[in-house]
Amino acid sequence: MARDVKPRRKALNTALAWAAGLLIFFPILWPILTSFKTEGDAIASPPVLLFFDWTLENYAVVQERSDYMRYLWNSVIIAGGSTLLGLLVAVPAAWSMAFVPSKRTKDILMWMLSTKMLPAVGVLYPIYLMFIQMGLLDTRIGLVIVLMLINLPIIVWMLYTYFREIPGEILEAARMDGAGLREEILYVLTPMALPGIASTVLLNVILAWNEAFWTLNLTAANAAPLTAFIASYSSPEGLFYAKLSAASTMAIAPILILGWFSQKQLVRGLTFGAVK
Amino acid sequence: MATQHSRSAARIMMAPAVILLLGWMLVPLTMTLWFSFRKYLPLRGGDLGWAGFDNFTRFVSSSTFWPAVQATLIIVVGVIVVTVVLGVLLAILLDQPMWGQGIVRILVIAPFFVMPTVSALVWKNMFMDPVNGLLANLWKAFGAQPVEWLSQAPLSSIVIIVSWEWLPFATLILLTAIQSLDSEQLEAAEMDGAPLLKRFWYVVLPHLSRAITVVILIQTIFLLSIFAEIFVTTQGAFGTRTLTYLIYQRVLESQNVGLGSAGGVYAIILANIVAIFLMRIVGKNLDA
Amino acid sequence: MPLNDLPASYDVDDILPAMRGGLSHDGTLYAAPFYGESSMIMYRTDLMEKAGLEMPESPTWGFIKKAAAAMTDKENEVYGICLRGKAGWGENMAFITAMSNSFGARWFDMDWKPQLDTPEWKETLTFYLDLMNNYGPPGASSNGFNENLSLFQQGKCGMWIDATVAASFVTNPKESTVADKVGFALAPHKDGIDKNANWLWAWALAIPAGTDDAEAAKEFIRWATSKEYIELLASKEGWANVPPGARVSLYENPNYKDIPFAQMALKSILSADPLHPTVKPVPYVGVQFAAIPEFAGIATEVGQEFSAALAGQQSADKALAKAQALTAEAMEAAGY
Repeated sequence: MARDVKPRRKALNTALAWAAGLLIFFPILWPILTSFKTEGDAIASPPVLLFFDWTLENYAVVQERSDYMRYLWNSVIIAGGSTLLGLLVAVPAAWSMAFVPSKRTKDILMWMLSTKMLPAVGVLYPIYLMFIQMGLLDTRIGLVIVLMLINLPIIVWMLYTYFREIPGEILEAARMDGAGLREEILYVLTPMALPGIASTVLLNVILAWNEAFWTLNLTAANAAPLTAFIASYSSPEGLFYAKLSAASTMAIAPILILGWFSQKQLVRGLTFGAVK
Repeated sequence: MATQHSRSAARIMMAPAVILLLGWMLVPLTMTLWFSFRKYLPLRGGDLGWAGFDNFTRFVSSSTFWPAVQATLIIVVGVIVVTVVLGVLLAILLDQPMWGQGIVRILVIAPFFVMPTVSALVWKNMFMDPVNGLLANLWKAFGAQPVEWLSQAPLSSIVIIVSWEWLPFATLILLTAIQSLDSEQLEAAEMDGAPLLKRFWYVVLPHLSRAITVVILIQTIFLLSIFAEIFVTTQGAFGTRTLTYLIYQRVLESQNVGLGSAGGVYAIILANIVAIFLMRIVGKNLDA
Repeated sequence: MPLNDLPASYDVDDILPAMRGGLSHDGTLYAAPFYGESSMIMYRTDLMEKAGLEMPESPTWGFIKKAAAAMTDKENEVYGICLRGKAGWGENMAFITAMSNSFGARWFDMDWKPQLDTPEWKETLTFYLDLMNNYGPPGASSNGFNENLSLFQQGKCGMWIDATVAASFVTNPKESTVADKVGFALAPHKDGIDKNANWLWAWALAIPAGTDDAEAAKEFIRWATSKEYIELLASKEGWANVPPGARVSLYENPNYKDIPFAQMALKSILSADPLHPTVKPVPYVGVQFAAIPEFAGIATEVGQEFSAALAGQQSADKALAKAQALTAEAMEAAGY
């Protein structure tokens, strides 16, 4: 792809692209910077960008006042749990669809995709009611189940597209050598599929971490993850910009870093293979 | 090839996923459909009998319905136009040779990983606040009266916030598509002396058309159900009550489950219409 | 579960009658108030003096408007009046509903027909919008209790009508820049109408039937709503910060009496009558709300219409017409 271009044009491209990139990134950068300011500096007019007294006080205050760790832990359990559970169900399904395709495989895949398009609000009350009756409201296990289900189609799809890229001949060869189904999966398939599984996990953790419909509507205090924790900051109490920033930074930092690792796989996962 | 044995094994392996999703789809859907024909008021003792099509007509004839449809359309169309136009431009820009391409890419993609409640809250308080917000400061620096974003231009404000969230998605997909563009084809056009705009119009855009369609369809499905951004910023005030938010208010705030469920049925039908188009494209690709 | 066998030292009769009435059924107490509030005017004595006016104990809306006009100094970011504008049944609607009572309006007539299309409501909303548009802070349509509190503490409000509990925050020198310049008065009323625009709200503790350990729960309630608890808290946090509004004895306590806002808060609580909140008869109980299950949903949506009117998106007439329509729809759907 390397095209020869004049250095002047390359410089112009660079300048333009960096300007656009920084502009887009600024709404993230700004709260990160603000989180290290005092409340007074945070609302200073005109605003200060870098030259202020850096402080870590806000992080301590947020943790102390709202028990941030608890929400973080809830987010970790809900995102991680739903992903693992989803993987457990999806890997066998995707494997069989990729390697033992039948006439209906395509229909099943399409149908799975269609469940993802069900608007959540359309089934809000039934889920809410079932949660109350089963005692799942405001529990982590309840959210793990719901988030697993809403992301299951994406997991199956991503795994399926990865599995399909594994050449069938290798499996044939393994079978010739007398490998059974179990060995085939354990020793041949798994090592080859690991990169695909890893990126599926990554994307799914991100989606579950940021999910903000069910997590807001099905939790109150005990199981509330970071999405709900942040929403509770929506009404200011006195000066709160720096604290809001600290809370926001803590909520997005882990996933921002994970996300940057997964950017290559993002397209495949989010377009269901329609764009490669 | 596949033996009888492996076929039945395959079926068993597929079963859990299929059964779970089938249950997840059918049970709540049936309940919603059932409720939508009932007079169901939890605060007044629950299920109070058949309502026929009352809920459906009441939902549509309510004074809040058309404004909600309008708000939904403005947000969905607004965000799609902004993200696709800017996305194409950004994708082309990022495809050019430059220094530090990887870092710029990371910067551009970042908003996608920010949870919706955080983006809404940060935009609302730190940028759009009419007293202490950054935009207010910017306006003041130029001697202008700060805009009260969320009350004076509520829909545009929401479009700005949501577009910021979705621009990375559009850019990333369009960038992927653009990178698959045959560079020889472009160079040939360049040799022929076709001006930049013509090259864009006749070579780049047609190549991107499929990716753009996918972006539009996927975004439509997600945008039809945006919730957190409105929940955090205006709670549906100032004409930002979308269909999704209206249904949420009917179900959980006014606790009129029958009416809300009828709205839910409408929302499901609407989403399905969009979904059919998307599925066609995806399905075609599956055969290839 | 009834709370009838509380010990004599608890002194049930010490609970403010307005509170006791609301929490009893047929003379039996079912919940014990932990905290009670009404609303009142908090104003800047220095600005009032500068304007050459004197706040009566129970001002009329006419006086409030005159005072707001005199105190407003937009150049210096001082706004004559700060009121709730953020949509929500517990936000702007608590205030506007209480205000409408003082204009002789009501939510429903005796047949549960919504009354938002009456002249009384129009006068209420028009007056509110006029006041806020001319003398209120910018962005008022997104100001709730917290936002107004911080504006008042920063010295940007001349008057603020809100919960009595705010008095302890605005007079706290650690949080407020105007702590020593705050005066208090009863919420306003319209000339010739003897209802003031103050509300009544309580946080109370009760025991649900079928609980596992009723005795422990009762003991906790007895303790948390007792005189000893108030004294314990006073010794740790200071008298200005004890939960107010529940007991008569608190307002007779010499330590509490000295607190500048105590008597006005008590008067406000005593003057609110949830059983007869309006001038014309109504089928519901509640001052700043109507105690029916549908009210929260309805009032939140009505509040959004009023908030949009405050933001300048629609006229008072349009907002009221929409409010009337959506209230009627909701009431019809609920089966009234």
